[in-house]
Amino acid sequence: MSQASKPPLTPSQTVGPYFALGLTLAEHQSTMKSLVSSEIHGQGQPISITGRVFDGAGRPVDDAMLEIVQADASGRLDNDGFAGFARADTSMEPANSFTFRTVKPGPVRDGEAPYICVIVFMRGMLLHACTRIYFADEEANLNDPVFSRLPEDRRDTLLARRLDAADHGAYQFDIHMQGERETLFFKLPNATNA
Amino acid sequence: MSGIDSSQHPPFIFPAYQSSVLRGPTRPLFDLGAFHAAQSGAALEARASLAGRFRLGELDHDMTRNARQGGEPLGERIVVSGRVLDERGNSVSGALIEIWQANSSGRYAHKADDHDAPIDPNFLGAGRCITGPEGRYRFYTIKPGAYPWKNHHNAWRPQHIHFSVIGSSIVCRLATQMYFPGDPLLDLDPIFKAVPAPARDRLIAHFDLGVTQPDFALGYHFDIVVAGSSATPQDDHRGGDQ
Repeated sequence: MSQASKPPLTPSQTVGPYFALGLTLAEHQSTMKSLVSSEIHGQGQPISITGRVFDGAGRPVDDAMLEIVQADASGRLDNDGFAGFARADTSMEPANSFTFRTVKPGPVRDGEAPYICVIVFMRGMLLHACTRIYFADEEANLNDPVFSRLPEDRRDTLLARRLDAADHGAYQFDIHMQGERETLFFKLPNATNA
Repeated sequence: MSGIDSSQHPPFIFPAYQSSVLRGPTRPLFDLGAFHAAQSGAALEARASLAGRFRLGELDHDMTRNARQGGEPLGERIVVSGRVLDERGNSVSGALIEIWQANSSGRYAHKADDHDAPIDPNFLGAGRCITGPEGRYRFYTIKPGAYPWKNHHNAWRPQHIHFSVIGSSIVCRLATQMYFPGDPLLDLDPIFKAVPAPARDRLIAHFDLGVTQPDFALGYHFDIVVAGSSATPQDDHRGGDQ
């Protein structure tokens, strides 16, 4: 039963304007709070990542949802006590910003820079898009096997920058869907155990 | 095949769906798959396991009951069930499915929905479940109504239920919409028609007398196939990476 002929993929569709009802609402009904919050808890350096999502006209998008996936502070993905998955939308806060509170991930492999995977959904996107957050203050970026191979004129679009020199944990990361500063998005690999 | 396959999915920009024009990326994607094929290990996007982390409430899968305030929701009760498979045909158990939809009048319980149709105080329109053995899932809900939107003159969305699927990694992440057979609005809907024609039927549920519950609710069958390979789904994440 489990080894049927290869079935064709289910096509993607937009999450539309009302995704908060199913995916991010925290307070609507006590029985149906979102299962995924905008916070990731664990040992390590606490950080926040705040930003906005801009459309091709430079306007902030007020109905986008971001999901992040990351390793723990020691770079582990198989830490049972650490849920490295969070979700935030841009519909609730003033100025249409999102904020994640998490811990800074460690490098997953020797020689890699730390990064956070980001999945972008919104009304108007028929298919989600995937990018990564790297940290602008990480020297390891220069030798990271992926970051160092990205087109030089677009690498900066993946950098989260410190908001405040005095606060080492507050980062800003904006996403531009189009335009001169269009964020670099990835085509993902296929098999899980490639 | 990859997480983004243009022969299976809609394009980022489909001009008939107006809000895609300024929101879809325009520049080439950096192919992480090709990059990692030349390296020794898989990307975090293909490795991090997301399944098996979620705990649900008793009525989360039953939208006919999970938001009652002293009465029953109005409309036609339906059962929606099916399986989640990966692109190799393996069943995906432990996947989180979250659904949301309009009520039977075509109105969402969302502050941004200003359609002049009644709110149903006994219906929220949000539910979720986790796939069991063989990737099976089952929801109880109310058949959603069609509703107008502002994409073009006299534009109406066909009846649909939004689905979000979280499986074993980011590669298999999917957001989609399930439609109903025979809906005359399908052929007029730019969101549905953004899907390449040969793939559109995969978004339409099948009426299924076997799923139908006598004297209670009509049944629809909707299978979902996600990208990637779930390999061996693991509740215990240890050893799930290599």
